[in-house]
Amino acid sequence: MESAGSLKKKPLDVQEKIRENKEKQKMFRKLEKLVPVFLFLSAAFSVMTTLGILFTLLKEAVGFFSVVPVKEFFFNTSWKPWSGSFGVLPLITGTLLITFIAISVALPLGIAAAIFLSEYANSRVRKVIKPTLEVLAGIPTVVYGFFALTFVTPILEKFIPELQIFNALSAGIVVGIMIIPMVASLSEDAMNAVPNSLREGALAMGSTKFEVAMKVVLPAAFSGVVASVVLAISRAIGETMIVTIAAGQSPNFTFDPTMSIQTLTAFIVQGTSGDTTYGSTIYYSVYAVGITLFVFTLAMNLLAQYIARRFREEY
Amino acid sequence: MNGFMSKEQWKKRLNRRILVNRIFYILFFAATTIGLIFLAMLLYRVLTQGLGCLNMDFIKGFPAPYPDEAGIYAGIVGSIYLIAIVAPVSLVLGVSTAIYLEEYAPKNRISRFIQSNIQNLAGVPSIVFGLLGLTFFVYMMGFGYSLLAGGLTMSLLVLPIIVVAAQEAIRSVPNELKEASYGMGATKWQTIVRVVLPASVPGILTGSILALSRAIGETAPLLIVGAAAAIYTLPDSVFGPYTAMPIQIYSWISRPGEEWPLVAAAGIIVLLAVLLLMNAVAVIIRNKFQKRY
Repeated sequence: MESAGSLKKKPLDVQEKIRENKEKQKMFRKLEKLVPVFLFLSAAFSVMTTLGILFTLLKEAVGFFSVVPVKEFFFNTSWKPWSGSFGVLPLITGTLLITFIAISVALPLGIAAAIFLSEYANSRVRKVIKPTLEVLAGIPTVVYGFFALTFVTPILEKFIPELQIFNALSAGIVVGIMIIPMVASLSEDAMNAVPNSLREGALAMGSTKFEVAMKVVLPAAFSGVVASVVLAISRAIGETMIVTIAAGQSPNFTFDPTMSIQTLTAFIVQGTSGDTTYGSTIYYSVYAVGITLFVFTLAMNLLAQYIARRFREEY
Repeated sequence: MNGFMSKEQWKKRLNRRILVNRIFYILFFAATTIGLIFLAMLLYRVLTQGLGCLNMDFIKGFPAPYPDEAGIYAGIVGSIYLIAIVAPVSLVLGVSTAIYLEEYAPKNRISRFIQSNIQNLAGVPSIVFGLLGLTFFVYMMGFGYSLLAGGLTMSLLVLPIIVVAAQEAIRSVPNELKEASYGMGATKWQTIVRVVLPASVPGILTGSILALSRAIGETAPLLIVGAAAAIYTLPDSVFGPYTAMPIQIYSWISRPGEEWPLVAAAGIIVLLAVLLLMNAVAVIIRNKFQKRY
């Protein structure tokens, strides 16, 4: 009896199941269509962020340039915002000075480290040195700033007595150390991409390892190495805390590394701190400086991408 | 022998080339170690200066006008609160973006634009994100100098890093796994949720922890969006004033006097310890759960 009853019920159950299943399928199909939309919106969010950056910088900078003429901003050689003189050149020379010192440190050391890691070191040595070098990139910049001010500057003072307490040299050197891992690891990636057959060919012709590195690997990886240096320049231009702490807050129109200077980034920190009121000329000037900085770094990033793509050697 | 080298000349030249090779081997090695020596000096210096000030009172204390009373408790709590905002916001947005770009995005101009936009966003100086936060979150949205404004600004800052890390993790899931799932009749979304994401979680987590540790050490954008240097209470809501570890350290560095650098060094030890802990967790996750296909 019981089994007969359940047999009678079963066809009904199945029909219901089929219907349920169809509903479920419909829901799934809806979900399948909705999910990509949601995901696309998330992806679009990053574009919105870029637009947001451009919009805010432009909007406030336009406010600035309605008060201060563009010509004064770019050609006046004195930056004294609190007494009404807005010539951005001292900030730009300060930034360039820091960047130049930093690259003078990071270029030789970074590329040498890349050659050592990719051409000379065996895999065991590389496994130890590479992550340790990357630790340098993970240390907060405020720590570097502290180190530059309390350790590097006193040491430099022993060799250069006329060095000011806040100076471009010490900050620039430490920024350079900070970007070594960037140059080293990106350059090494480019060198690793050079096929071994090229190296073996040169070695078979009797080259030393040094000759292989200089005459085969480096030229073959050249675009990658240059791109890594350009990216490092961009990082040095945008670096804030080290220069704010160790290079000072005095916008001098100079290329003397022993002097205290102010970079674009350091002024942004100074100009937004505490007593600047919303809507004042100084508040707007921060954005004019900000967009200058943004254009500099964006140009460098695009240049790096262009070099990496345009001059890449395909093997 | 005209036009050819004599054996002596050849030998001389060979010896010179070998010597150059050896010299540059040493030079390259020395250049590599300079960075490491610098790192060692930095750690040694911070430890010798800071250990004297580092005790329970320092960890539990609030900012104070005198060096021997100052503490970093408000900074530690503030940094944790910030991460509590940054982690969910940037993870949800970042992982969704990565899934879209890797699994759904058609190969067209828009997708390429989004991809290169993320790449460029990762290269924007952190202080510019600070300016965005100041205009948008602090003034336009009216959040003021609050924890929420700081947290959202930081979320935008680490978003591109998390997207790139998640993309790499998702890309490393082998196609066979996905095809097996499709073969069993699973839909695309089911495959992503039940196959692709579980397989890429270790990679996503590792990358995200590293990105968040960057957020913990970041100072400049927080200075711009108004993290307070001196604060005597913990933030009571997301709209309250707050501070963070690097902000505290910066404010101690910029004070005059012999003793403040020592306090700053003690703060740096705490900050580095937190970062070390996070990195250790990331490495453990990577080694333990990352499968190689």
